[in-house]
Amino acid sequence: MISTLPPRFRRRKAFDALGRTVAVLAVMLALIPLGAMIFYVLQQGAGSLNLNFFTADALGLGQPGGGYHAMIIGTLLLIGVSSVIGIPIGLLSGIHLAGRGQTRFAQTVRFVTDVVAGTPSIIAGILAFALIVEATGSFSALAGGVALALLMFPTVTRATEAAIAAVPSEIREASLALGASEWKTMLRVILPAAASGVVTAIILGVARVAGETAPLVFTVGYSQFTSTNIFGQIGTMPVQIWDQAQSAYPNDIHQAWAGAFVLFMLILVLNLLARLLTYRLTRRVQNA
Amino acid sequence: MTALSSGVTSLASRPNDGTSEPLKQPSRRPHEQASSRNLGDRIFGAVTGVFAAAIIAVAALIFIVLLVDSLQPLSRFGLGFLSGTSWNVVTLQFGLAPALIGTLYVSFLALLIAAPVGLLIAVFLSETAPRQIRTVLGFVIELLAAVPSIVYGLWALLVLVPLLARFEPTISSHFGGFFLFSGASPTGQGILAAVLILSIMILPTIAAISRDVMIAVPNAQREAMLALGATRWETTWKVIVPYARAGIIGGILLALGRAVGETMAVQMVIGSSQSLNFSLLGLGTTIPATLVNQFAEATPGSLFANVLIEAALVLFILSVIINASARLLVWRVNRKFSA
Repeated sequence: MISTLPPRFRRRKAFDALGRTVAVLAVMLALIPLGAMIFYVLQQGAGSLNLNFFTADALGLGQPGGGYHAMIIGTLLLIGVSSVIGIPIGLLSGIHLAGRGQTRFAQTVRFVTDVVAGTPSIIAGILAFALIVEATGSFSALAGGVALALLMFPTVTRATEAAIAAVPSEIREASLALGASEWKTMLRVILPAAASGVVTAIILGVARVAGETAPLVFTVGYSQFTSTNIFGQIGTMPVQIWDQAQSAYPNDIHQAWAGAFVLFMLILVLNLLARLLTYRLTRRVQNA
Repeated sequence: MTALSSGVTSLASRPNDGTSEPLKQPSRRPHEQASSRNLGDRIFGAVTGVFAAAIIAVAALIFIVLLVDSLQPLSRFGLGFLSGTSWNVVTLQFGLAPALIGTLYVSFLALLIAAPVGLLIAVFLSETAPRQIRTVLGFVIELLAAVPSIVYGLWALLVLVPLLARFEPTISSHFGGFFLFSGASPTGQGILAAVLILSIMILPTIAAISRDVMIAVPNAQREAMLALGATRWETTWKVIVPYARAGIIGGILLALGRAVGETMAVQMVIGSSQSLNFSLLGLGTTIPATLVNQFAEATPGSLFANVLIEAALVLFILSVIINASARLLVWRVNRKFSA
């Protein structure tokens, strides 16, 4: 049957098959290094984990033993500080943008938000250094938190706006038709309807900064002991992984893998959570 | 599509939003507007507006803070800072050219590898893959775009670099005459390691964004082409890709922005030498790597520290140019979709 078709057509069919194959090969080519990375993090990381890793403070490079307790607490503290600053800015500006549509101001804010979102994270670190470390004369969790907040809020802003925009306009119009004011409609009707999307926005913001390293190098200093003082120096997971990765001692390398494993798992869980919530939101909106 | 970093998320979700802007303010007659604008609404609008305006203020603040600290080296070195090639902390000679050119060189090579592969992955995901593979692979790619760069850097330093150390001397001894392969570093660190890890890191970004803009191409375009007897492959390259080209180029530019600003992974593997070098097997540096390596040694307020802040200013301007172009391109394509 095929043989009766004109040769030009057969050539096109063959080219189509070839193209599809090349695309599949590209996927496989990409999956090799990416898969290898995940494999190493899981294998080396899980193999190096033990209870001590979670409960012990860090020791100096080259000393056997020690763990990431100080770093885990430090990273959680940093996430807390950056959330307190970054989430309100992100939420409120996102709400503003969602309600303003295409005004010149809203478009400008969107544009600037997107450009700030693409700013290299090390710039945020330098800014926090110049503004806070130089002014207070010391490294601190606060300085690191400010740097991370700068990286966090664009994510929250845009995701909040998208979450609110996904709420059907009938819901908003019904509330306004009943005589509710704009702001009450937003707070009592639209935001509850968009709740899972807004939570997703916050999760994505946290996931964006949880593993950031570059902004912390000149801002948080270092502490091998657990500390929750936001005006003092702290140890953090990403910086500790960085330090230990460049060490010559196998014990440090093992801990760096374990740290990368925990960080990877944190990001994985946050992203799965965000995806689950988005899935629920879209289902509900479609059903509404 | 929400699993990506913010820039990607907003970019990816836009084409879909554009078609149905559900919250666009209904136009009201003046008297209605006056009555609905009660005090609560005005306060609410003002408060949220202040936070929105704060974003613009923050962007301005970054620029001003960096510029103020850069004034001292700016007046001393002028534009020669960008073209100078010597970097000596003792004699206070600072030229950014090796780091600036190194940043652009490494990022460009990474893009050269990642863009074609990323685009092909996007074609596979949006046009030819079965539905289940599409969902699973799509999530994996979005997750990979969210993996912290320190994790990529750790893998690159402990796995990729030792691997390269085994091959680089052979490459160098056979092709050393060619400028790209001269002078192998015995450790495996260097430009090639940085290029490879960067291309791996930006690949998910390119693939995810290109996929999203290609999925957003209206089905009528595909059906029309297929009805005319075109194959899937012809449809993809003659209709889908041209239709989505602005979005695809925007995505590639965003990936370039990420590559230019990538700090930890590059710093860990590039070997950090402050001299101009184009050989893939030699050591090099980038602006972010220079900042990480040297900032800790600089006394705040000293000329050295301010030179580094000026380098950060150059990096910031570079990233603003790249990201702004990406956004403008993507907006153009969105307007086309919603029209």
